[in-house]
Amino acid sequence: MANDMNGADLTPAELTVEDVTLSFGGIKALQSVSFTAKAGQITALIGPNGAGKTSVFNCISGFYRPSSGRVLLDGQDVTGLRPPKRAVLGMARSFQNIALFRGMTVLDNIKLGRHGHMKTNLLQAFVYAGRAAREEEELRREVEERIIDFLEIDHIRNMPVSVLSYGLQKRVELARALAMRPRILLLDEPVAGMNREETEDMARFILDVKEEWGISILMVEHDMGLVMDISDHVSVLNFGKVIAQGLPAEVQADPHVAEAYLGSGDPAALMKRLAAERAA
Amino acid sequence: MIIGTAKETYRADESLLTTQPQRVWLAIFAASLVALPFVVNDYWLYLTCLVAINVAAATGLNILTGFTGLVSLGHAAFMAVGAYTVAWLETNLGTPFWVNLIAAGLVAAALGILVGLPSLKVKGLYLAIATIAASFILHFCFVHFDGITGGATGINIPPLTIFGAELTTYFSLYWVIMPVTVLMVLGAANLFRTRIGRAFIAIRDRDISAEVLGIPLLRYKLMSFSIASFYAGMAGGLWAYFFRVVTPESFPLLTSIFLLAAIIVGGMGTILGGILGAVFMTLAPELLRYGVEWISPLVPNAGALLSPVRTVVFGALIVGFLIFEPQGLAEIIQRIRRFFRLWPFRT
Ligand SMILES: Nc1ncnc2c1ncn2[C@@H]1O[C@H](COP(=O)(O)OP(=O)(O)O)[C@@H](O)[C@H]1O
Ligand SMILES: [Mg+2]
Repeated sequence: MANDMNGADLTPAELTVEDVTLSFGGIKALQSVSFTAKAGQITALIGPNGAGKTSVFNCISGFYRPSSGRVLLDGQDVTGLRPPKRAVLGMARSFQNIALFRGMTVLDNIKLGRHGHMKTNLLQAFVYAGRAAREEEELRREVEERIIDFLEIDHIRNMPVSVLSYGLQKRVELARALAMRPRILLLDEPVAGMNREETEDMARFILDVKEEWGISILMVEHDMGLVMDISDHVSVLNFGKVIAQGLPAEVQADPHVAEAYLGSGDPAALMKRLAAERAA
Repeated sequence: MIIGTAKETYRADESLLTTQPQRVWLAIFAASLVALPFVVNDYWLYLTCLVAINVAAATGLNILTGFTGLVSLGHAAFMAVGAYTVAWLETNLGTPFWVNLIAAGLVAAALGILVGLPSLKVKGLYLAIATIAASFILHFCFVHFDGITGGATGINIPPLTIFGAELTTYFSLYWVIMPVTVLMVLGAANLFRTRIGRAFIAIRDRDISAEVLGIPLLRYKLMSFSIASFYAGMAGGLWAYFFRVVTPESFPLLTSIFLLAAIIVGGMGTILGGILGAVFMTLAPELLRYGVEWISPLVPNAGALLSPVRTVVFGALIVGFLIFEPQGLAEIIQRIRRFFRLWPFRT
């Protein structure tokens, strides 16, 4: 088992969503949703708008409490834990509509990711000696040498986030998530609103995160081309229910999926649309 | 060796003062703080001590309101708690002044945690009202718990004693008040170089994503409240040694508003802002008084005419700053710094 110097577990985690049901008032946003994101794999969660994908993410990270069902991280039931606790256990997420701290610099945003793994206490912080200074220096080095370098954001490290393009902000959000030493990364629409080139960069980063960093990934994504290219496993959600899951090729050929996306049950039409999207 | 150099660079990058000019300016500033009491008269020494006390209090409020985004209008009440703590300890136990000052901070901090409890649920104006309510309750306690607080007449405090010497002059008190304030400001500056300070800012900017990053909101909001109250308590303790009497009316709601105005005018969420705001709010009325005295020979019946003008100008200055410099005085300093770049060390 890979451990960091503080003894934290750094192996990729397996995430299981088990029979999760969630309602808002009368609306059943999720009905008995079950799927597993296997350790060390990229799992995609797809489905039309309003299908409940973000709601699933919110159940996983602890913002919503499902009315029934469980969320398991490596077999450990985390359903009752608050978000900060889940973060320390190795869950990191990015948001559909970027949730960076706009006034802070890129570097400070990324550093924030490490919060839960640092131990500086109040007295040490006031004096900024001993552990405080050591931890900050270590963090700075790791952020610079591993994360900023890897994501190719050296040139913007001291800029406030608010002046960055959308694509770069998404990348900074990924950087911040990586600083959390995650064992599983939850990405909510990581390439939404990006141009072709930015999307390709992001796809490369996501693959590298899986392969070089050994982190499991669960992502919600609308870009079907990206989903089919990089994911190992796909789960399809429609009206709060899982309607299909399997390998990307299997899911593509599933008439239910074509039905959900196009309103007709013809997988050929779906594939044609995918091809068109990719060419665009 | 490359690794050695890299290490040096990161440490240097993380230091409080990153450029040579910054260090030189700070050294000049520190030297002037040391020289000041030998140069100015007693009246200005009095004002300087008052400024220092207000800087300490404003810096505390800035941590809570400017950095963590929790608005408080109860800050003066925690100063009162600190002042009463010092008064009680001095008159009842006679413990050393530094013990009393720290105790003042700790008692205020404990109460601050209590008052901060609603902050998880209520925000903005509602929290401000809750803190006003808390300060009314504290005021009630000051008036009615006369066994401890001396009721409406308050408590007289013996002079601060250090190695058997009684500090009764402004000159001698300066050497306690100023160093304590400097340490408090440095502590606050350090705080925001670490994970705790970053967590406060994260809570201010977006508390939902702060939680996802592993920051427990309640714990950090209460921590911010307790630090801010600790600062207020220490400042109140210094105040008690300075004025030597504390009554329930020593720290009215107006003082809380004064401190809030100070951080807004100075610049919320910057350490420099708290300092500049407190300096401005304390000294501007005095400078305006000098201005009025200076032009009064030129105006007939000046006394009656000009004293309201002074108040109006002070108010107008504050409004002016809010409109033209919403980021506060600290932003002006930043702009000047950018303008001069590294002047005069490099041109
Ligand atoms: N906080 C909420 N309150 C009420 N309804 C919600 C809330 N969040 C999501 N929903 C509803 O739940 C359904 C699923 O939404 P969401 O999870 O955002 O879908 P997706 O991310 O797949 O587009 C939608 O019908 C949406 O209106
Ligand atoms: Mg969504």
